[in-house]
Amino acid sequence: MDLSYTAEETAFRGEVRAFLKARLPYEIAEKVRRHVELSKADMERWHAILNENGWLAASWPKAYGGAEWTAVQVHIFDEEAAMAYAPRIVPFGIHMLGPVLIKFGTEQQKAEILPRILSGADWWCQGYSEPGAGSDLASLKTRAVREGDHYIVNGQKTWTTLGQHANRIFCLVRTSTDGKPQQGISFLLVDLDTPGIEMRPIRLIEGGHEVNEVFFTDVQVPCSNLVGEENQGWTIAKYLLTHERTNIAGVGHSNQALEQLKALAKTQRRNGQRLIDNPLFAARLAQIEIDLEAMKITNLRMLADAQKNGAPGPESSILKIKGTVIRQAINDLARRALGPAAAPFPSEDLDPNLTIAPRDHTNTAADYFNNRKISIYGGSNEIQKNILSKTVLEL
Amino acid sequence: MQFEATEDRRMLADTLNRFLSTEYGMDVRNAAAYSAPYHAPEKWTQLCELGTLLALTSEEQGGFGGTGFDVTAVFEPLGRALCPEPALPALMAIRLLAAAGHDLEPAMSGTTTYAVAIGEMEVPYGLDGLSTTARPGGDGFRLTGRKSVVYGGHIADRVLVAAHREGSADDKPGVFAVNAKDITVSGYGLIDGGGAAELFLEDAPAELLLADGTAGLQDALDAGALALCAEAIGAMDVLFDMTLDYLKTRKQFGTPIGAFQALQHRMVDLKTEIEQARSITILAASRMGAPDQSRAVSMAKNLIGRTAQLVAEESIQLHGGIAMTWEYPGSHYAKRLVMIDHQFGDADYHLERVMAAHQVA
Repeated sequence: MDLSYTAEETAFRGEVRAFLKARLPYEIAEKVRRHVELSKADMERWHAILNENGWLAASWPKAYGGAEWTAVQVHIFDEEAAMAYAPRIVPFGIHMLGPVLIKFGTEQQKAEILPRILSGADWWCQGYSEPGAGSDLASLKTRAVREGDHYIVNGQKTWTTLGQHANRIFCLVRTSTDGKPQQGISFLLVDLDTPGIEMRPIRLIEGGHEVNEVFFTDVQVPCSNLVGEENQGWTIAKYLLTHERTNIAGVGHSNQALEQLKALAKTQRRNGQRLIDNPLFAARLAQIEIDLEAMKITNLRMLADAQKNGAPGPESSILKIKGTVIRQAINDLARRALGPAAAPFPSEDLDPNLTIAPRDHTNTAADYFNNRKISIYGGSNEIQKNILSKTVLEL
Repeated sequence: MQFEATEDRRMLADTLNRFLSTEYGMDVRNAAAYSAPYHAPEKWTQLCELGTLLALTSEEQGGFGGTGFDVTAVFEPLGRALCPEPALPALMAIRLLAAAGHDLEPAMSGTTTYAVAIGEMEVPYGLDGLSTTARPGGDGFRLTGRKSVVYGGHIADRVLVAAHREGSADDKPGVFAVNAKDITVSGYGLIDGGGAAELFLEDAPAELLLADGTAGLQDALDAGALALCAEAIGAMDVLFDMTLDYLKTRKQFGTPIGAFQALQHRMVDLKTEIEQARSITILAASRMGAPDQSRAVSMAKNLIGRTAQLVAEESIQLHGGIAMTWEYPGSHYAKRLVMIDHQFGDADYHLERVMAAHQVA
């Protein structure tokens, strides 16, 4: 048992830290620190800075412009990036479509699409869930019917994150109704400016706009936009799911959020004492800290396994479940820490010069409500428990 | 022993429920709750005409209620409708004005809108350590300080303020009345709907209502917390039913998701906790006016704080993405249920009060 990083890994951490210090724009880090919504331009700017250094596509092979980092390097980068308040990389092109194309795409698709992901020429979004197909994704109904050298697509996708910024969407579509539902699904790339597509915003619980509904009416998509074989979409989706799972525990972000919470508890005063000196509050804080310390090691154990076996195993569902629960517990405690000052709704009606909650915490309650999503999306925690009970426990 | 509400209170609750379900649907509610003035003045007038404020006032003060069970009979329907109307500040003002032997007519008729300003940035809950001060001046007193997140403060004509008299021998807060026009009011909306304000008092002329306001203020806080408990019960009942209905109708994997035992047990847990919350609220309502009023209210507010958050979080999770949307009514119920814990003491604050009562006993 050796919990220490190798000399190379430690040197790499130093390199990452120096890079972040030199290149992460202050204005962007401030927004992340204060949980202020990032603009499209902010996200593109950060991507461009990483890409310039060859670090945008951390796990892609070098041949495609990636950094070809090991799982441990990716983890180190994520940890440092979170502590520096760097934005998360928008995952749809880099973490999702990229690995899929590298594994299943044609040479032409790779040559055309991968460089445009890196350069920021394309912003991809995801068309998976449908109103009737959430946890039961395989029951999706959006049809793609082949006519000559085109598919005609009809149906509706939902929960399309940041679709308002995107010019292209990768979709799971039904190309066959024979056999099991999983067997009739294909993976299709669609330009969002194709006639017949309409995107409508969905306003979330806290008032923000980050997800959308996408409607397809007789949309013509060239057959050359199919990835892999027809009806192979489910295999691709499952492959993608394993890639979505790197950094699934969000340890770096929880760590950073916990540090912010500790700082808040030292400045908040409640009836004559600092909040951090209140035994009930301090106990809640300590419990979360214990859970997070354990999670960090659980995360590293699974990382070591993934490094050895090539891909994360089904045990990584543990990371999703516990990682989201811990993150939500931190959000919960931060909201409580503010007391009544958590309640004002950040809107144009609220005088920006009026300090009620401390300046960095005006979005804390909104953040708490918004982060209820993390135990729902990407396979809800209930679905993760099904995976664990079936595949790991064999129940 | 019987746990049925009296005929009068049942009729009152029915009247309010009927009015709110026909006149205060979710569209009306959201339009009112999230844009200035963060309530619907004409609906509030109608609610007052239906006897809302009279029910919160005792017979000797000219009303027809005022007991703990009258408070819960009014606030449960308001909670069911997520009603952002300023009944809570009205309730607390009526209790303070009555304690001061003050004329209640303007408050009860709704001709004067009151707010009650106790909490400050560093003293968000309770009465210990308030820093707003009163000094003799003019015909009465002059108040200086800041009151934070004053519910209904954005629409008040008159504000009842807890403040310490400069130079008084004790450190007991008094209760003073100020006119809103004599202070700086910075109003805003709240994340769960409704409005509040920051109040800045700079040598503001004030009338002394209670020299020692400790008991009166604590009673107003207790009544306010009890009202919030009842509001939470109403909101939890609606959100629970909504979730149950969803589990029976939403199909995934070819079956209603309510067929999954893992989800069934979670619903049973929620039902159990809601019934416990209902019981402690009944207990607290029954203790209003008794020597252990504050302890019973703290017990109720603690359990409500825990249960309301559980119901809010579980109902979102059991719904999945749909309850994360603004369009779905359940999301607004969830927000209100969580944020009730931020008013007049959260679960930890009230837990400490119950713990302190052990030490005295």
